[in-house]
Amino acid sequence: MKIDSLDPRIARANLDSNSQEGELHAMDHFQTYEVFEQKKRGTHHMHVGSVHAPNAELAMLFAKEQYTRRGQCVNIWVVQTSEILVTQYEDADMFENTPSKLHRDPNSYKVMDRIQAYKERQKNKA
Amino acid sequence: MEFTDKHVMGLKDLLYRMADDLLILGHRNSEWTGLGPILEEDIAFSSMAQDKIGQSLALYEILHELGESEPDTVAFTRNAAQFHSCHLVELPIGEYDFSLVRHFFFDHQSALRMDMLVETVVEPLQMVARKFRGEIKYHTMHADLWLKQLANGTEEAKIRMQQSINETFPYALGMFENSLYETELIESGIFPGEAHLKDTWLQVVTEKLNAYGYSLPDIDQVIPVNGGRNGLHTEYLQPLLDEMTEVFSIDPSADW
Repeated sequence: MKIDSLDPRIARANLDSNSQEGELHAMDHFQTYEVFEQKKRGTHHMHVGSVHAPNAELAMLFAKEQYTRRGQCVNIWVVQTSEILVTQYEDADMFENTPSKLHRDPNSYKVMDRIQAYKERQKNKA
Repeated sequence: MEFTDKHVMGLKDLLYRMADDLLILGHRNSEWTGLGPILEEDIAFSSMAQDKIGQSLALYEILHELGESEPDTVAFTRNAAQFHSCHLVELPIGEYDFSLVRHFFFDHQSALRMDMLVETVVEPLQMVARKFRGEIKYHTMHADLWLKQLANGTEEAKIRMQQSINETFPYALGMFENSLYETELIESGIFPGEAHLKDTWLQVVTEKLNAYGYSLPDIDQVIPVNGGRNGLHTEYLQPLLDEMTEVFSIDPSADW
């Protein structure tokens, strides 16, 4: 039986469905690179997505058209996905108490009262 | 200096050859859309094809200011014999090796031409050259990286690329076919001339190809494929124009 595909490249190749051709091997796919873009100098680079590429230079080349065709950008970083060390979701309980640690939130610093008081004074002056 | 009729005709010829090259190659390269080797490359190549059509529009607008018809009319109503594009840009897309080599030869020419036109005495052209320089920088970077990558790839990749370089080179030389107005363009400071551009281009592409491990055929043994600048085209241009102008021919007022 012939493979009937919506992809014209595959349809044109006239492949037999039992054929070994087109079978994927480990190295058939390029590795992925994560892309970070900076919208303005001095601001943080933000993660915007990933690209497949055979090396970092080509990843950079693809990232430019993939993620910066619309909107402003001044700089791109790419890093091989496998180079990123990630935490496990099963360890997410490490972060669980964080929302309750209000003393770490700058809003709860005593100085906020003084800032508010200063703002009030300025407002009254004006 | 005061421009004579010959200067204006020279300028128009220069603008037409640039704009027509960009329009035709932009259309050709867009034929890869959806068929690129990988998704990321498909998007990059399609996006550069759009850039080229955008650049051609900017040049047709200058021509319009010089008294030529509206950009759409100029782009969609002329027949092949009225186009000033070189043969290189009208050849079918072929295999990806050819499309990449054409992209490399053409975009280095385009980048160097724009660099020269940043200094032109024609102000609107100077502004267009400045505007598109950065965009074209990416195009040449893209071509360079692919040629370098494939030179370091499999033996098949290297052989195919070298073959494409050999076969495409005579067509690439056709980009620099002299205009009837070379003297006027040079003396007036409009453009330093096709011969000068060719020499600069040859130096750049030779250096790059050698660095990647390819070689360029001996230029003295190669006959440039000329004719396009004077309206003599291959059998491939008219069918391209028929396809490109299909919608316009059905409804010239169509908006999309």
